[in-house]
Amino acid sequence: MIRALILLLSLCLPLPAFAEEAIVAGLSQNRVSITADFDGSEILIYGAVKRDAPAQTDPPLHVIITVEGPPSPYTVRRKERRAGIWINTEAVQIDSAPSFYAVATTGFLIDILSETENLRHQITIPRAIRAVDISTQADQASDYVDAMIRIREAEDRYRLAERTVQLNEATLFRTDVVLPANLTEGSYRVRIFLTRGGMVVDHLERRINVRKEGLERFLFNLSREQPLAYGILSLLIAVAAGWGASTAFRLLKA
Amino acid sequence: MQLYLPIAEVSVNAFVLLGLGGIVGFLSGLFGVGGGFLITPLLFFIGIPPAIAVATGANQVVASSVSGVLAQVKRKAVDFRMGLVLLAGGLVGSASGVWVFAWLTAKGQVDLFVQLSYVLFLGFIGLTMFAESARAMLRSKKPGGPIRRSHTHSWVHGLPFKVKFRVSGLYISVLPPLAVGAIVGFLAAIMGVGGGFIMVPAMIYLLGMPTKVVIGTSLFQIIFVTAFTTLMHAVTSNTVDMMLAILLILGGVIGAQLGAQLSGRLRAEQLRILLSLLVIGVAGKIALDLLLRPDELFSVTPGLLP
Repeated sequence: MIRALILLLSLCLPLPAFAEEAIVAGLSQNRVSITADFDGSEILIYGAVKRDAPAQTDPPLHVIITVEGPPSPYTVRRKERRAGIWINTEAVQIDSAPSFYAVATTGFLIDILSETENLRHQITIPRAIRAVDISTQADQASDYVDAMIRIREAEDRYRLAERTVQLNEATLFRTDVVLPANLTEGSYRVRIFLTRGGMVVDHLERRINVRKEGLERFLFNLSREQPLAYGILSLLIAVAAGWGASTAFRLLKA
Repeated sequence: MQLYLPIAEVSVNAFVLLGLGGIVGFLSGLFGVGGGFLITPLLFFIGIPPAIAVATGANQVVASSVSGVLAQVKRKAVDFRMGLVLLAGGLVGSASGVWVFAWLTAKGQVDLFVQLSYVLFLGFIGLTMFAESARAMLRSKKPGGPIRRSHTHSWVHGLPFKVKFRVSGLYISVLPPLAVGAIVGFLAAIMGVGGGFIMVPAMIYLLGMPTKVVIGTSLFQIIFVTAFTTLMHAVTSNTVDMMLAILLILGGVIGAQLGAQLSGRLRAEQLRILLSLLVIGVAGKIALDLLLRPDELFSVTPGLLP
């Protein structure tokens, strides 16, 4: 009965342009613990393309993988020379930009992703930065967004790594994404896109949970929940260290 | 060895932090300044967010000042009575400074104001101190030169509420020290430093205190001003990074001890001329930052405009 229903449903669906292709994917880890000696982390993202018919070869299959840190608002300021000194003059507010953003692909983005699909899924770095009506805030507002990308790329927070995803037999794919040491806590979104001829044929989303652990967790929570106790503890450590060093040196000399 | 800082959310080399703390601690013990005017720009330089650098720098200054002041107490070089009078003025000045700082932040030009006051105050104090110490050194080399009197009488000595400051060998009104404390506290709050580099010359040139006593007394009152600042930052903006502070402190207290040892061996004029060169150097660096075209005209800060 159920089988008959599925058959009936599948007959009603329009025939797809390509043979149906879907992503099956995994991550080497779905949580990252930030401990005191945290020095960055490497995540292996791997998967396969599931299909019910032999793969077609033209247009070729491509894979795009993005990793996105928790977004937050930012202010971008511009310096100008006034009365001989360089001071901040105009500023533009960025409504939301990810704290970390990495794009890895099997080919050059310009060849494997159409502008319409990029707009729809917001894949490239400029698309990941959401800044509504910035043109009313400053002249040449796009300069501010470009500057933000430039600065964050230099800090290794934004990264475009074209042709770093390996794809075998148009079926198996894998890539390594290095998370830098300067990582912000939160839920990181991993997106995997399959494209053919610039069109996205399937996409999938996974999450990586980045969390401070151990001493880092304890200190962070204390500073937020008991700020006065945290402040007094900091002072006590300072006074004790100062007194300790003074005493130690006196004993050394005696 | 890389270390992840829980509040600053950056990973830095632990030995770099120990070294930074050590250098600043050494200067602190040597000159009797808290070192805030050095530690804060140095922390910016290694990539610590400014708000965290200011607050944690204050915490580090507490430790190096405690370490330094204990060494001075043993040499009986702390005038506690004078320190308390300065502190009373300092807290009043600091509180009003915090208020002005908040007002400037709302105006959006606080960075510029802080930089300008660094250049202005450090530059002025550095140059004055340099000129005076250079003259004093030249004079001491010439045997037949005029002898400088230990203190000269001026209008300061005509003010009421006179108190004996035995350690400093002064009998003056409490009003000038109170005013000096308040002005220093005000500037310290605005510039995010302990204020030793303003306090030390003010004590020498305005109050006429002997240089040996100035260092210990300045350190004594800096402890309380910076402790107050640290607590304020921890409670209001959660910007004190204890992990960062511990490493800076570890380097700092050792450096402060070494500095205090050396300060006992150097002559007062030599100490002053070295401190003035350091102050002029920092002021010059900040002035250049303002005057030269920066490599990157844009800057990114978290959060929206107020």
